[in-house]
Amino acid sequence: MFKLRRFLKNYKKEMVLGPFFKLLEAIFELIVPLVTAKIIDVGIKNNDSVYVWKMCGVLVLLGICGLGFALTCQFFAAKCAYGFGTELRDALYRHINRFSHAEIDKFGTSSLTTRLVNDTNLAQNGVNMFIRLAVRAPFLIIGAAVMAMLLDFKLSLIFLIAAPVIAVIIVAIMKKTVPMYKKIQKNLDRISLLTRENLEGVRVIRAFSKQEKEKQEFNDASNELAENSITAGKISAILNPVTFMIMNLSIVAILWFGGKRVDAGNLSQGEITAFVNYMTQILLALVVLANLIVVFTKAASSASRINEVFETEPTLSGGTKTEFDFSAPAVECENLSFTYPGAGAESLKSISFTLKRGETLGIIGGTGSGKSTLANLIPHFYNITEGTLKIFGSNIEDYSLEFLRSSIGVVPQKAALFSGTVRENMRWAKPDATDDEIIKALKTAQAWDFVSALPDGLDTHIAQGGKNFSGGQRQRLTIARALVGEPPIVILDDSMSALDYATDFALRKALAENLKNTAVIMISQRATTLKNADSILVLDDGEMAGLGTNEQLLESCEEYQEIYNCQMK
Amino acid sequence: MIKTLKRILGYVRPYKMYLAAAIVFSFVGVLLSLFVPVFIGKGVDLIVGEGNVDFKGLLKLAAVLAATVLVSTFFQWLTALATNRLSYNTIRDIRTELFDKLNSVPLKYIDRNSKGELISRAVNDIEIISDGLLQGFTQLFSGIVTILGTLVFMLTISVKIALIVVVLTPISLFTAAKITQLSRKAFTEQSEHRGKLNGIAEEMIGNQKVVKAFSYEGRAEKSFSETNAKMAKSGVKAIFFSSMTNPTTRFVNGLIYAAVGTAGALSAIGSIGFLGKITVGQLTSFLSYSNQYTKPFNEISGVIAELQNAVTSAQRVFSVIDEPAESSDEGKEVMTECDGSLELSHVNFSYVPENPLITDFNLTVRPGQKIAIVGPTGCGKTTVINLLLRFYDINSGTIKLSGKNTQDITRSSLRSMFGMVLQDTWLFTGTVAENIAYGRPDATPEQITAAAKAAHAHSFIKRLPDGYDTYITEEGGELSQGQKQLISIARIMLTNPPVLILDEATSSIDIRTEQRVQRAFEKLMKGKTSFIIAHRLSTIKNADVILVMKSGNVIEQGSHEQLMAQNGFYAELYNSQFSAV
Repeated sequence: MFKLRRFLKNYKKEMVLGPFFKLLEAIFELIVPLVTAKIIDVGIKNNDSVYVWKMCGVLVLLGICGLGFALTCQFFAAKCAYGFGTELRDALYRHINRFSHAEIDKFGTSSLTTRLVNDTNLAQNGVNMFIRLAVRAPFLIIGAAVMAMLLDFKLSLIFLIAAPVIAVIIVAIMKKTVPMYKKIQKNLDRISLLTRENLEGVRVIRAFSKQEKEKQEFNDASNELAENSITAGKISAILNPVTFMIMNLSIVAILWFGGKRVDAGNLSQGEITAFVNYMTQILLALVVLANLIVVFTKAASSASRINEVFETEPTLSGGTKTEFDFSAPAVECENLSFTYPGAGAESLKSISFTLKRGETLGIIGGTGSGKSTLANLIPHFYNITEGTLKIFGSNIEDYSLEFLRSSIGVVPQKAALFSGTVRENMRWAKPDATDDEIIKALKTAQAWDFVSALPDGLDTHIAQGGKNFSGGQRQRLTIARALVGEPPIVILDDSMSALDYATDFALRKALAENLKNTAVIMISQRATTLKNADSILVLDDGEMAGLGTNEQLLESCEEYQEIYNCQMK
Repeated sequence: MIKTLKRILGYVRPYKMYLAAAIVFSFVGVLLSLFVPVFIGKGVDLIVGEGNVDFKGLLKLAAVLAATVLVSTFFQWLTALATNRLSYNTIRDIRTELFDKLNSVPLKYIDRNSKGELISRAVNDIEIISDGLLQGFTQLFSGIVTILGTLVFMLTISVKIALIVVVLTPISLFTAAKITQLSRKAFTEQSEHRGKLNGIAEEMIGNQKVVKAFSYEGRAEKSFSETNAKMAKSGVKAIFFSSMTNPTTRFVNGLIYAAVGTAGALSAIGSIGFLGKITVGQLTSFLSYSNQYTKPFNEISGVIAELQNAVTSAQRVFSVIDEPAESSDEGKEVMTECDGSLELSHVNFSYVPENPLITDFNLTVRPGQKIAIVGPTGCGKTTVINLLLRFYDINSGTIKLSGKNTQDITRSSLRSMFGMVLQDTWLFTGTVAENIAYGRPDATPEQITAAAKAAHAHSFIKRLPDGYDTYITEEGGELSQGQKQLISIARIMLTNPPVLILDEATSSIDIRTEQRVQRAFEKLMKGKTSFIIAHRLSTIKNADVILVMKSGNVIEQGSHEQLMAQNGFYAELYNSQFSAV
């Protein structure tokens, strides 16, 4: 948590003033029992109603001041905590954006999202509570104890015994229940897992008529959850009654021993009342403290999850070059090898090929043969391990990442669209693309037919993930998105799998006709898709099994023959 | 609202003993705890001053006070125990019933509703009911007992001072209500912005690789930062307003305290006649009552808000439970034998009445025939499965399996005649062996291994870290798509049903596994009627009947030669696939 304090630096004023005002409020609160004692010892004893009225005024004044201080503190706390949270979120998101694919793979995108949204929120909540309560509760406890000591030291020994006992009980109960709540959370996760499995596998479950087994399994999980909840509840149910008991037994002790002190003339009746009041204040503060500890533990574990992200430095940075030498080949790859960070074996071994503008390179091979890995190296998503990879004459490391990537149109395997209009999605590669440019790209991608048929055309809203379009439509839109701005290099990573044969055919034809000046890398599992490429790279388990045209490979490359025959016959 | 509450009470009925116990225990516990300030006050009265302390009385009082505290503590604890059992057991019953219902509703319901939404009902909504309704209920009850009890006690000490408290109470209620109102608006705004921020984070980070490919980071950061700033604006307000509750309540409490203190002191002096006379000890009790009197009010207003949430959640849960179940299978014939012949005559079907999908469809399949289903991805293999396995009922016409109308056979026996292997295979968390034995839980390890061998899955399963005992996790991440498919083929090998529905691999599977799957399919299909979602030429050409499907509908049917001669959609598909670019 403390590592995140740099995000508080703009809120130093609030960090100091917030607790300060809280402290003032607490002090005022501690004075109240003294005033009451005075009312009893002076006002009532001397039958002095004027004094009582005066003290009443003091009480009201104390209340007003307390309210003012408290609100000031809460305001500073809210401002500081939210400021902290907002800066933290922005910084975290910027940091995540600097990650290369290697770091993203390491964390996983869903975990990064949770950290960015939920964990920052819990940390923010921790700051808020810290300002509001971290000073108040301990101060009230100590203050009340000190005030009691000032009134009568001997009698205050009761406090010194009772407070630690309550504290120990709170800690003991929390120690016992925290692991139990973790277990309950696991039970809940299982409930949600079983429900999800049941819904997703509904056809298989019903085809095998396994509903009863599913119900039984859920019933067991549900029972376990109930049992664990009841057990945990049993223990945490002790907390409130027991603190209530200790507090009141201490009051009994105060009355008894206080009586003796009064009898001996060391203490007054009003002061006994004050003692009782302080006891109550301590108890209430302890309960707040217990809740506070829960909030802080949560905030601390969130903070450490956030820090884990901050402490991960992107392993990849680009160069400064922002110009291509168009006379050089578009992609030149020599003896390229690549090992994923942390992986034992190489994913690509000694790959060499050259691709010129206007040509198409097909890449074919089985799952895990390294096709997508190779595609990911060209836009410099990962650092290559060995060999050289040149784009238009220079090593990829020399180019600025932004320049390099915006010059390469990538169509990923997963057809991801973003919420917004079709036009907004089409402007990803080129923010100022005109409608004509967009329509041209859509036409090449065989997407204009269905886009123009939509009532809102380019203004049609795309739902998150593109759910309102079919799989084939999404793929065509992502292809079009990469083509806008006519990048000199286009990479299609198995991005026609959801297209029917007729559309696949028309698309390839359009690409060949409209991208005369573009270097195209086309990855596919279908030999038919790549048959007419200028050259085809056959990958087998990360190694080059062949490179050449369809005809050449059919003659010389065994792996290619296997694939071809398997698919064509 | 009342109806829903009543219905929840219905679920409480089996545990009404706990409910009764909770009410009685809480009543006793709270009431006893209310005596404590009285005894303390009496104690204070016994300590008048130097040399004037009634120790005998004090001892007796201390004993009574301690006893009261202990008994009250005990009852408070019992209350908590009873509430716990009451709420967790009730919740479990509701949850189990919800899940049971999900297993008996027609598939239409599950297909039509978002899975995330249904899961959230089974998990979150039920937790909300548990928190709000059941825990809230006892809190509400003890709150009311505290308020009423305190009032009675104060009234017995001094009617007039008690009236001061009663008159001042509305201030506390009014300010609390005002603050809630203020903060609710800010909270709604904040949660709107938070939802948006979540959306951006999920979308952008979820597709971070695309973001990087397009160098979109800067623009994404800008929109994130803008929403973040907007959220902060309403968020500061929300936190501030909601954090006003405590100090404000403390302030109002302080006012009441001051009023009671003053009035009490004055009446102890006796300077204002009409207030009557009270002792210092009574004043002490009064002060501690006025301290605890306003607390339950705040708690109750919190409970009521939670109660409303709980009722909304309960309504969502009940709406699932109220879904009509599939039509009953009672009295229908149990199919035990089947020759694999199928006859569909004049079948009409649609998912929604406005959009007729299959009209007057006829098909006769002789035992052992091979039917290929061809068409673009998502063309409607689900429809075929839905109708044959009666996941959906046809609107009119008949489907006869082995000469018997499928409507007259129990669903489970009908479905046991079919085996299906789809591309998006469903495996559940559990071991590989458990997954293979899903259709036949009593299968011996030898039978499981034999099935895996027949499905060409044995060799890769053997190489898994724990072989057949390897645990498959939620997403089955360790296994490739093809391997999952092999496991589900093994599953079918074990049950050996007479009719098959198979899904040929398209692209996401590597060549070697694909060949294995293909060989396993061939072995499986021997002598059986099979429907194959076909992608490869050899399968299509050899099929006895080809069904050409497009957007869920069968648009052409016949053998390869017949369809080519028709020169329709099939011919176009066929030609485009195999002509050169």
